[in-house]
Amino acid sequence: MSLVGATAAELLSFMKKGETTAVEVMQAHLEQISQTDDKVEAYVQIDTETALKKAADVDARRQAGESVGPLGGLPIAIKDVLCTKGVATTCSSKMLENFIPPYDATVIKKLSEADGIMIGKVNMDEFAMGSSTENSAFKKTRNPWNLECTPGGSSGGSAAAVAAMTAPMSLGSDTGGSIRQPAHFCGVVGMKPTYGRVSRYGLVAFASSLDQVGPLANDVHGAALLLEAISGHDQLDSTSVPKDVPSYTSNLEEPLKGLKIGIVKEHYVDGLDGEVELTVREAYKVYESLGAELIDISLPNSKYCVAAYYIIAPAEASSNLARYDGIHYGHRTENFENMVEMYSRSRGEGFGTEVKRRIMLGTYTLSAGYIDAYYLKALKVRRLIRNDFDDAFKKVDVIASPTSPNTAFKLGGMINDPMSMYLEDIYTISANLAGLPGISVPAGISKEGLPIGLQLVGAPFEEGKLLRAARMFEKETGWTAKRPEIN
Amino acid sequence: MDYKVVIGLEVHVQLLTNTKLFSGCINKFNPDNPNVQTDPVTIGLPGTLPVMNRKAFRLALETAIALNCTIARFTKWDRKQYYYPDLPKGYQISQYDMPFSEHGWLEIPTTDDTVEPRQIRILRAHLEEDAGKNMHDETGGGGDSHVDLNRAGTPLIEIVSQPDITSAAEARAYLEELKLLLSYIGVSDCNMQEGSLRCDANINLHVLKDGETIPTPIVEVKNVNSFRNVELACEYEIIRQQKEFEETGKRLGEVEKETRGWDAVRGTTFAQRGKEDASDYRYFPDPDLVPVVVSDEILNDAQASLCELPAARRQRFLKEYSLTPYDANVIIEKLGAFADYFETVAKGCDDGKQAANWVTQDVTREMNDRGLSIEEFPIKADVLAALLAKVIKGDLTIKSAREVFMELLEVPATECTSAKIDQIIDEKGLGAVQDTGQITEVINAVVSRNEKAASDIREGKLQAAGPMIGQVMKELKGADPKTVRQMIIDHIQGN
Amino acid sequence: MSLSQDDVKKVASLSRLALTDDELAQMQQHLGQILDYFEILKDVDTENVEPLAHAIELHNVFREDEVLESLSREEALSNAPKTDGKYFLVPEILRNDKNK
Repeated sequence: MSLVGATAAELLSFMKKGETTAVEVMQAHLEQISQTDDKVEAYVQIDTETALKKAADVDARRQAGESVGPLGGLPIAIKDVLCTKGVATTCSSKMLENFIPPYDATVIKKLSEADGIMIGKVNMDEFAMGSSTENSAFKKTRNPWNLECTPGGSSGGSAAAVAAMTAPMSLGSDTGGSIRQPAHFCGVVGMKPTYGRVSRYGLVAFASSLDQVGPLANDVHGAALLLEAISGHDQLDSTSVPKDVPSYTSNLEEPLKGLKIGIVKEHYVDGLDGEVELTVREAYKVYESLGAELIDISLPNSKYCVAAYYIIAPAEASSNLARYDGIHYGHRTENFENMVEMYSRSRGEGFGTEVKRRIMLGTYTLSAGYIDAYYLKALKVRRLIRNDFDDAFKKVDVIASPTSPNTAFKLGGMINDPMSMYLEDIYTISANLAGLPGISVPAGISKEGLPIGLQLVGAPFEEGKLLRAARMFEKETGWTAKRPEIN
Repeated sequence: MDYKVVIGLEVHVQLLTNTKLFSGCINKFNPDNPNVQTDPVTIGLPGTLPVMNRKAFRLALETAIALNCTIARFTKWDRKQYYYPDLPKGYQISQYDMPFSEHGWLEIPTTDDTVEPRQIRILRAHLEEDAGKNMHDETGGGGDSHVDLNRAGTPLIEIVSQPDITSAAEARAYLEELKLLLSYIGVSDCNMQEGSLRCDANINLHVLKDGETIPTPIVEVKNVNSFRNVELACEYEIIRQQKEFEETGKRLGEVEKETRGWDAVRGTTFAQRGKEDASDYRYFPDPDLVPVVVSDEILNDAQASLCELPAARRQRFLKEYSLTPYDANVIIEKLGAFADYFETVAKGCDDGKQAANWVTQDVTREMNDRGLSIEEFPIKADVLAALLAKVIKGDLTIKSAREVFMELLEVPATECTSAKIDQIIDEKGLGAVQDTGQITEVINAVVSRNEKAASDIREGKLQAAGPMIGQVMKELKGADPKTVRQMIIDHIQGN
Repeated sequence: MSLSQDDVKKVASLSRLALTDDELAQMQQHLGQILDYFEILKDVDTENVEPLAHAIELHNVFREDEVLESLSREEALSNAPKTDGKYFLVPEILRNDKNK
């Protein structure tokens, strides 16, 4: 019985049978952190004592025959974008280096209620802006499959933590692919739920109309389990949808009969890596062999996704990040002579390059004389993109595609080329613009030994269908069971 | 120089809700205890989100309906972005291009029957959040400014008038009527000292010169803190702009709109900001909030819950109870419960004039002396009506009625009934003496005891009757003093 | 579409971001490239298309007017860079500071 690298279901079963305890599970994963994290550098904060105390509490209740929540003492890594009461929440930004929230995010509360235990907070691109986790002000996280590569981003710490077997699952956030792309890079399962499925209260905002919290895990069941725990309507989030949460885990094992899979003709264009393309085409064949029907579809406006996204997201970000002014919280410069200087220097010093770039971009596209040509135009294109999906889902159950055009790239590989970096988001962005659920599930490993993910996107609130489709594939192929050698 | 004054007012009114516009944080005026009325949403902490207060939207709707506005069936909230220490999020949640209401009007009453009441058009009314408060170093030594967020997030309705106001006095009258209306329907306490009603005035002149109308540049006078000061600031600006036009000849559009402050001590306005502050608020729809669709049901419900508005009630009082405009105003200005009280008294005694006299004088005086609201006033309207009915019928003199009124104020609340009135009259022998034979008898006796006074009266010094009236009244408590006076004079002068 | 250095400075000022000369130059180049890419949207016919601000179109979300607990003053000020224990402190505010 190996605790490290085991799935959530395995760990829960060991604990229920009394073969191990939550404390032993926690200790094993903490030990794995101390073995690997000086290489992977996923964690920005660990509170061993609190984690073990909570694990002991779960054990005590389990032994006393009292009720224990569905996450039953499992260690979970938390992206440092989620507010944790009394525990620093930095968004990997110098701006929030010393910020300690006086409240818990709704998902953190729900996690606790389900008896999930935060093992630590993990690294990310600053304010969730980036695709490599290199935009962190504190450290560069590495890909456990190849330490010279990035883990992807922005939830790079969340994906690397799971891949490095320091936690069976983790929470990330996804604004344009920030869960799915690192899941693809790190060979784990990562899911972005339907917009409004999971509360955003306490998720530090990047782009409010696109952000969603979601699970990453070392198997599909783990992702389903964690999603079930964090989903549901929240009074504190006006954009959270009052819709019952089905049990994603209960019928996960039932394959979908007559599954119709949409293949988007616009997806296979220049820039898509050959090996990635081959791998996803293999995946389609697997589905076919399982009785699924492949249907060619068109999303005619998909080529405008990146442009629409990089107008809408920075516009909202420029506004959401206005609150970081060094007055009520956050970094304040020591070098100023008046208010305006205090604002500008605090922000100039507190934010990194990519964040500044997006604030500038968003400020520009919202400013007088430009808002119609950029922001409003982008919102209209967004509706056309959504309409394309609505039409597509009349014909198919899920849409399959690569998660990202390439496998994990080298650290520093794209740092000075923002436009190329943005184009990497081409397959993930549209689900955010259209508010749809999407999942990336491991589908292969490249010749260089880097994981490749398959993305499935569904109609609104069809998380259950996506998870079942992913589970069919997982069961048949076993790619999620692969673990890296970290060295 | 011939000119017309053009004034438009922007009024911000805080709504009377228990909590702030976007969170369950308490909403209360509390300047002495800074930063105790906050929560993560109020401070704009990272990760927090706004959720609209149902009551605030409802009060805003009622306000707009009372201002005769057209209610938009679809409305949304926008972010108005600027940096200031009292604005924790770096943007204010407000309404930009789709306010929930537009195109209303407010009628300014007149006490002169020959003058038509003026209608001031309302351009729009929208719902937004208030900022916190910055306090500056008063020593002028360049010390730190202080920021208190107690007020941040308070629901505000911004009411923008059209530039229909034509004088400083009319600006004040508009504000007074607006305050009355909003207090009357209970959406705000409109306390200018506490900042729950704040006013900015946009003022310019239309100069008539050589058959041409020349508009002068618009000046915005900000944050004037009393109605009197709004009037004074407008008066000051009218004269200042007149002089400035004579000196510079500058027209609207030739210089940027100027913002000025009001110095209440000097009684002058002063320039506040230069034109380099060209603003770019980068308004866009707040993605953390969702739109509001106003259904027939919501609209009808808000409409139905509105009471009779002060202007309509004032008109009705003039007609139904034959009140003078003055009395009607006095009663209406004391708000709904007081006017209700008046109406019950007036209906109960069937004499509006008498009822108005009593409620505006005796009742008001005793309320003030005792620090009571009309709801707390011990003599209920039906009891006062019963008392006044006796006066009107001639069963009780006004003097005796006052005595009964004062007695009633002292009895325990449960006993303060119409029956008690009769009891007091009996006990004190206050019933009106109708039997003139009885009065003549007493007068004879009193006159014979007061020969000096009688001879004075015979010589025409009628005021000498006073002491004798007192003596008669002492013996005959319920007698009407006017009748007694006349009877004494008649008796002595032998008529 | 190219941005002048003045444009970039103006946007930096509106964003309240103090940028070094190097940052300004890089920003000018990168923003220019990105804005060029946005030109692609000119190809899309959006006549009569309503903007989509939220992917999930909810409306009328309200909360009841019920008071919840406030933060203590200590908690409220706990993350502030400078306070006197009662207020958030900021350098003396000049009238021209307000971008309003």
